[in-house]
Amino acid sequence: MSGETGTLHEYVTAQIGGQLIGLPILRVQDVFIPEGLTRVPLAPREIAGVLNLRGRIVTVIDMRRRLGLSAEGAAEAPLAIGVELRGESYGLLIDAIGEVLKLDPDAREPNPLNLDPRLARVSTGIHRLNEQLLMIVDVDRILDIAVDSMAA
Amino acid sequence: MDDLLREFVTETNESLNVVDVELVRFEQDPANASIINNVFRLVHTIKGTCGFLGLPRLEALAHAAEALMGRFRDGVPATSDAVTLILATIDRIKQILDALEHEQREPAGGDDDLITGLTHMAEALDPKKPAPMPERSVGTLVEQVLERPLLPGEDSLDDLERAFRATPVDPPQRRAKSPLAGAVKDDDQKNGNQSIRVSVETLERLMTMVSELVLTRNQLLEIGRRHEESEFKTPLQRLSNVTAELQEGVMKTRMQPIGNAWQKLPRIVRDLCNELGKQIDLEMQGAETELDRQVLDLIKDPLTHMLRNSADHGLETPEERRAAGKPERGRIRLSAWHEGGFIVIQVADDGRGLNTERIKAKALTQGLATEAELAKLGEAQIQKFIFAPGFSTASAVTSISGRGVGMDVVRNNIDQIGGTIDVRSVPGVGVSFTLKIPLTLAIVSALIVEAGGDRFAIPQLAVVELVRAHGGSEHRIERIKDTAVLRLRDKLLPVARLSRLLGVAAPEQFDTGFIVVTQVGAQTFGIVVDAVFHTEEIVVKPMSSKLRHIAMFCGNTILGDGSVIMIIDPNGIAQALGSTATTQLQSAAANDANAVDAVETNTSLLLFRAGSTQPKAVPLALVTRLEEIDARKIELSNGRHMIQYRGQLMPLVSIDDSVKVRSEGAQPLLVFSDGTRSMALIVDEIVDIVEDRLDIEVAGGSAGMLGSAIVKGQATEIIDVGHFLPLAFEDWFRRKEQKVAARRRAVLLVDDSPFFRNMLTPVLQAAGFDVVSVGSAAEALAHVDGGRTVDIVITDIEMPEMDGFALTEALRRHPRGVELPVIGLSSIVSAEAIERGRRVGFHDYVAKFDRQGLIAALKEQSEFGRAA
Repeated sequence: MSGETGTLHEYVTAQIGGQLIGLPILRVQDVFIPEGLTRVPLAPREIAGVLNLRGRIVTVIDMRRRLGLSAEGAAEAPLAIGVELRGESYGLLIDAIGEVLKLDPDAREPNPLNLDPRLARVSTGIHRLNEQLLMIVDVDRILDIAVDSMAA
Repeated sequence: MDDLLREFVTETNESLNVVDVELVRFEQDPANASIINNVFRLVHTIKGTCGFLGLPRLEALAHAAEALMGRFRDGVPATSDAVTLILATIDRIKQILDALEHEQREPAGGDDDLITGLTHMAEALDPKKPAPMPERSVGTLVEQVLERPLLPGEDSLDDLERAFRATPVDPPQRRAKSPLAGAVKDDDQKNGNQSIRVSVETLERLMTMVSELVLTRNQLLEIGRRHEESEFKTPLQRLSNVTAELQEGVMKTRMQPIGNAWQKLPRIVRDLCNELGKQIDLEMQGAETELDRQVLDLIKDPLTHMLRNSADHGLETPEERRAAGKPERGRIRLSAWHEGGFIVIQVADDGRGLNTERIKAKALTQGLATEAELAKLGEAQIQKFIFAPGFSTASAVTSISGRGVGMDVVRNNIDQIGGTIDVRSVPGVGVSFTLKIPLTLAIVSALIVEAGGDRFAIPQLAVVELVRAHGGSEHRIERIKDTAVLRLRDKLLPVARLSRLLGVAAPEQFDTGFIVVTQVGAQTFGIVVDAVFHTEEIVVKPMSSKLRHIAMFCGNTILGDGSVIMIIDPNGIAQALGSTATTQLQSAAANDANAVDAVETNTSLLLFRAGSTQPKAVPLALVTRLEEIDARKIELSNGRHMIQYRGQLMPLVSIDDSVKVRSEGAQPLLVFSDGTRSMALIVDEIVDIVEDRLDIEVAGGSAGMLGSAIVKGQATEIIDVGHFLPLAFEDWFRRKEQKVAARRRAVLLVDDSPFFRNMLTPVLQAAGFDVVSVGSAAEALAHVDGGRTVDIVITDIEMPEMDGFALTEALRRHPRGVELPVIGLSSIVSAEAIERGRRVGFHDYVAKFDRQGLIAALKEQSEFGRAA
């Protein structure tokens, strides 16, 4: 199985804090409704908590905080994109799930120089769509929550 | 890998482990033919299988080793060199097997070095006489023909056949559980045909499934709880029971005798003996004690490390031992036994003991403590520095144990699995390390509690008891500045609210809630929670790697209702509480008759200010309560300040004239009670509670002061409570005096702490006794020897050199001391200590600060003495 159709890359798109983001489809396990979220005291701010998804403990990432986006317009019933890293399950909180897009990697543009550093560190480039800009994010970098931010 | 090959590797590895152990045993007991026959048979089997599978390197090695062992079998005494050579060969075989397992074929390379050595030695040892024939053999021998000439040192097939038949397949006798090396192996060899081999992976999967089943069962039970009258109730109960049994059964399959972790140790000790030029006997007791294989894996390395440490640092060379009047052979004893849900493992040597001076020096150079701090620490506390990170006392780095990792690594490993480690050392007698480790890590019983609106699990193993605290109850949370403490029976426990530790506290009153009294190692403390639900068997799941740094949690779990909750790590809480206000449970030390003087002489002191800016202190245990009252409620009666307190008038006393009774605002008080009477000392400010060693360095000049001591680096006046009590009630002591005999009875007070001598002497005098106080058991005996009149002896139990128990025993042997009433005084009030006191002949046993109890006991004993 490959995420590429010919030379096109497939992305799962999602809305978070007014921003459209795209994740490589191969990294996405599933999309679920985060229920029964348990907050974890003393955890890094970016971690919304943990929950039980079919017997697995999933660490849920607050993407708003992770990307430094405003808390406004948060969905009442958020969704989570399930991803895995080194055998552990994570859920990325999003406002709404979008369609799967096939995009030509050559059309991807590098991050603008003035991109907010919190976005720049997880973004691998921008696609210009008709309506809006799609930011391609790197799952590993999203999950690379540094210890230094944990002290906060 | 080919199944046959895999089977071969597994089996051969097991055989080799046996060979390792057996060879070491054989070397110690060369006369035991059954051992060498057994070894010979195993090596021969390996050789045969190698030939069959086409593994020439292994075959050649096994063959050469077998040839040399043949010599031993023929009665040639085993030399240490020969055994070393064979062991080296076995190591090489293991290496090749390792490679075989990964690469599926023998690695390239030759073994001529070993083979030549083995062959030469075999030839050199060739006895002139032919090998003695086994006494009898079973079955008929078919003459076998080998289609090639015999290799040098090779036995003929007939000889081999004979050897085989002569070798009992089962060990000749099941050895009693003797503390000898090798006792470990007996069990495994016995049940060959009653066990099957199951891969660890299968067991792990089974365990995971059972864990899931337990979760589902819990979920169902949770639903069942909500529907009282459900028809599911009975089947649910049955399901629950079956699940519990299944869980137990699967756990059992994971259990392995600890002997498995010890298997390699005899060999290691033997190699160490050669390397270090020491003679060491390894004794193993309780090898059959079982524990979870996951835990077993985790303690293998720490155990090996501790053993190496004992052999390298602990035991002396034969010359040193001879000079010290000990047998030349050193001894390391490994023992294991079950204790509650724990397994206790002890590694003890009879070496030189820990060098406290060196540890001190090292702690200094490493900046772990200052000179002043060290001076205050007891031996036991100093010894604990060996667990500090990067600590190793060996001055030269040896290949044995000085590898930059030390006991700190051991302790880390043990900590990680929720175990504890302790050390005791007696100079010249030896060191013993005691590990206490939970039997299993996968499923634990936990107390589910609530804090800050969330639920948490506290492992039941750490929980000592639950206490309900609220304002009016017997157990109250009191606060001294920011330190919260719980007065629980005779102990003062530091407590902390869980929600605050976790940073989820809402502003709320502090004085109510449930206190989970928790013990970690020697520390006991209280965790205050908002609610306690129930206990549940929880399946421990590791924390997400993003959350693993949070010291307060050791994992998480899914509850019956499907929600995820965090499991509290009592170690983390203990660390967060800090060591300042932590009470050390000393009962463990008192329980152990052989305990090295591990008594901490720290005293909890209440620091306050009154009059001058210089801090003052009083032992916290003397204080009944701390109060802050509205100054307007203070009344003046007959020229004295009074306050209505709990339905009585309580006199207020100033330490000196410079302390003014406030007329408004809050007035802090220290309340002292004795029976129904209370008095309060007026102070300006309560500063803190500290735990420190109390050494009164300068005797008190003014009335009411015992003297000055350095507390937390500051000169602090220690007040004499005994001085102030009569100021409140002139007859405070006198009313007791009236009850004692006309002749003043002579009390001999024995206590190594000048503070207690100073504190108790006036109290006893006021109670109508003549008091002679001495600072050690030796002085006490000298006093009795000197023919002075002594009616009653009051002795502290924890004293250096000779403790209270020993003093009493000595007194009982003394012609003048046989009948002498002895009252033991101790901060340790455990059932065991009391029992021990009764055995050695204490007439009574009183907690150290229980002044009232002491007077009562004295009265009783002096009346008893008079009647007698």
